[in-house]
Amino acid sequence: MSQPEGGAAPLRKTPLHERHVALGARMVPFAGYEMPVQYSGVIEEHRAVRTAAGLFDVSHMGEFRLRGKDAVRFADFLVPTSIARLEPGRVAYSGLLTERGTFVDDVLVYRIAEDEVLFVVNAANLAKDREWFLAHRDGFDVEFTDESDRTALIALQGPRSKEILAGLAEGFDARAQKYYRWATGRVAGRPAMASRTGYTGEIGFEIFLAPDDAPAVWDALLEAGRDLGLLPAGLGARDTLRLEAAMPLYGNDIDETTTPLEADLEFIVHWDKEGFLGREALLGQREAGVPRKRVGFEVRGRGIARHGHPVWLDGERVSEVTSGTMAPFLGKAIGMTYLPAHRAEPGVEIEIEVRGRRLQAVTVPLPFYRRPKKRSRRNQDGGAA
Amino acid sequence: MPRQEECLYTKEHEWVFRDGDEIVVGITDFAQGELGDIVYVDMGEAGRQVNSGDPIGDIESVKAVAQVYAPVAGEVTAVNEALADSPEMVNQDPFGEGWLVRMKPADPADLDALMDHEAYRKFLEEEGH
Repeated sequence: MSQPEGGAAPLRKTPLHERHVALGARMVPFAGYEMPVQYSGVIEEHRAVRTAAGLFDVSHMGEFRLRGKDAVRFADFLVPTSIARLEPGRVAYSGLLTERGTFVDDVLVYRIAEDEVLFVVNAANLAKDREWFLAHRDGFDVEFTDESDRTALIALQGPRSKEILAGLAEGFDARAQKYYRWATGRVAGRPAMASRTGYTGEIGFEIFLAPDDAPAVWDALLEAGRDLGLLPAGLGARDTLRLEAAMPLYGNDIDETTTPLEADLEFIVHWDKEGFLGREALLGQREAGVPRKRVGFEVRGRGIARHGHPVWLDGERVSEVTSGTMAPFLGKAIGMTYLPAHRAEPGVEIEIEVRGRRLQAVTVPLPFYRRPKKRSRRNQDGGAA
Repeated sequence: MPRQEECLYTKEHEWVFRDGDEIVVGITDFAQGELGDIVYVDMGEAGRQVNSGDPIGDIESVKAVAQVYAPVAGEVTAVNEALADSPEMVNQDPFGEGWLVRMKPADPADLDALMDHEAYRKFLEEEGH
């Protein structure tokens, strides 16, 4: 997890703050907000999401809406993924890229209508992203609205999430809703938009609500899921879940020095699309060859690799661990780093320096965890913002 | 298993129990609660001479790394090997099965500098816990 910005500013609270305190959550500063890091315990919450379901307050995330004649054209300028081809009702994982092709942020893009697009951005990047949108708006007939303060966001994640939501949903069929699609209707009687998205590697939903409606919906979901094993889950479990699923965390695994090609996220780049920020740089990198690539590793033996620990390959210090943890569901220490592209493949022996000691590790295919699937699906479980 | 009232305490939230001419060292219930789910304990090898305040081992939870410091100078005479496979014992039974190391103090009088249970309780209150 990244550190809170600044430090002097008072921490903001989400509409669900009182609920977290009442549930006995441990609250920590995160991206300028006071957020629950855990309730009953990271491992228990992590397991609940893998085996039943977990409920997360992610209201700190930012929401930007684009409306107008050029809303789609502007979105298509900002991200490498084709939004013109993204049908209303669908969601895409993508990134805001610099001219150098590196990540300003990773985002979810919702095609709302012909002339309307919604972006969900990382809380830690909210101010930077807002400036980014405003700075590039010239020449586009588009209305930009930062709806972050009037949007609450609850993530319901886990194999039981469909049945939990289905019992409270009106106007849309949660059971039939497909991956990376959104729908509107009511949840527990409150107006809501629900998307089949998430940051855990499980089936799940992210539910957009008016702030005043969020506590009642939170309560109703917890109640509906009680007998199914639903637990409230905090940022601690969110981080271990997304890492097992190999989803990048902005500020750790990707930042303004990494391109989608280096981060093994080339699927967000639609090469046949022209005129997006960073395209020339990405074409150049594809032509010249990617210098380094994101890989996953497992620690052999004892010890835990964490963000910032030096990584050694063939006796040379080549990088740092970008994310690392003990993976509660897998029962082993895992992590991600970048290796020179010609060595970025599974089975490569590396060493991780932890407080002066060298841990042996080996690169493995990503993701570390893939949810068991009942039937074959063509959708690839990509990342999420 | 030592009763909490019989232990001495450090400001780093370690407990120390006198057992003959040796001491047993662990972390307090408060400390394990602050750390959260403990997934890794490495207290090094027995037979080391350490100075008071030296880092003598690491305890890691899912999210955090904590160092354990020698409460007094002396020799580490044993480490709790069971924690390698069951680090969660530190959460479940911090004053019992979750003990960390045994030590032989260089000078037993050094223990006088530690807090008793009542002083530790007040220390926690003053720290705002």
